[in-house]
Amino acid sequence: MDVTIIHQKVVWVILGMGIVTYVPRWFPLVLLSRRNLPQWLVEWLDLIPAAILSALLLPELVTNGMPRHMSLWQPELWVAIPTFIFALKTKSLGGTVVIGMALFWLAQSII
Amino acid sequence: MVFDRKMSDFVSPARKHDLKTSILQGLSAAWPICLGYIPIGLAFGVLAQKAGLFPMEIMLMSILVFAGSSQFIAVSMLSTGAGAVSIIITTFAVNLRHLLMSSSLAVFLGNTSRKKLSLFAYGVTDESFAVNHTRFSRNNWSLDQALVVNHTANIAWVVSSVIGGYSGQFIHEGAFGIDYALTAMFICLLIFQLKGRFYVITAGIAGVMSVVLSLIIPGSSYIVLASIFGATTVLGIKKWMLR
Repeated sequence: MDVTIIHQKVVWVILGMGIVTYVPRWFPLVLLSRRNLPQWLVEWLDLIPAAILSALLLPELVTNGMPRHMSLWQPELWVAIPTFIFALKTKSLGGTVVIGMALFWLAQSII
Repeated sequence: MVFDRKMSDFVSPARKHDLKTSILQGLSAAWPICLGYIPIGLAFGVLAQKAGLFPMEIMLMSILVFAGSSQFIAVSMLSTGAGAVSIIITTFAVNLRHLLMSSSLAVFLGNTSRKKLSLFAYGVTDESFAVNHTRFSRNNWSLDQALVVNHTANIAWVVSSVIGGYSGQFIHEGAFGIDYALTAMFICLLIFQLKGRFYVITAGIAGVMSVVLSLIIPGSSYIVLASIFGATTVLGIKKWMLR
């Protein structure tokens, strides 16, 4: 198979996607890192990681499907509880990933 | 080590040690991210190949975009014949959350060359952001280690997506609980960020808001909206309490 073949449209799409993804990653770093930020902004930005991780995580646990709907009886949520406790006790990222995967695998094979 | 002796004639021992330690520390922080990326990269490659993308295009997308969820969405839009502009706009909306992440990381990165920052910006993903931010805020992390994390994760992503593209369905769906790798990672990364009651309240508000918004708004803008809402509300409460 010739690995160099490509579609022209796909390449334009990829280039466009690359640009619109890179700019939001790049802009705040060069804009904000070189100046003294007001105290309120520093405090606000300090809260962002907790906010964003929770905003990414919680819908994964309690919703399902497309369009999304509430779904509390799913292994995603119930496996999260022991995984959460394990992470809280050990503070080990790698360990938590391995334990979470194992528990989820177990939960799926039971159900 | 004996075989280091000759090299140290050319590189100062302290610097060499720094570089070696940075790489090792970066790798040890990056492996959980790779563990999460490999199955998802494989899955992405399989899906992209089924949508008609050539291996070269899969590689190009994983290198140039390096943002998982938007790549999945783009591939499914391509397979339904969506227009280029609408795919690019969707990608922008899905990846706008990185704006917040880079802003939050910028606080730790004063006095850094623009070149290095531009390289670092490339690798800011949900996972690398959280891993690096946690370590930066403990004051024992430098941009070099952070770059190792970003690029190790990047290599795992690119390589696994290309392998997925070649191999078709490689690991059967759900094996070893791989679908849960990133979720488990987020659980632990969130715990790292809960450094006090204000952080807990922020996470609570943002999380509940995110669930509510995800149910009523199509797309993925709920993440950014809920995060801004949570952080702003708690900052307001903090200022009001301290008045």
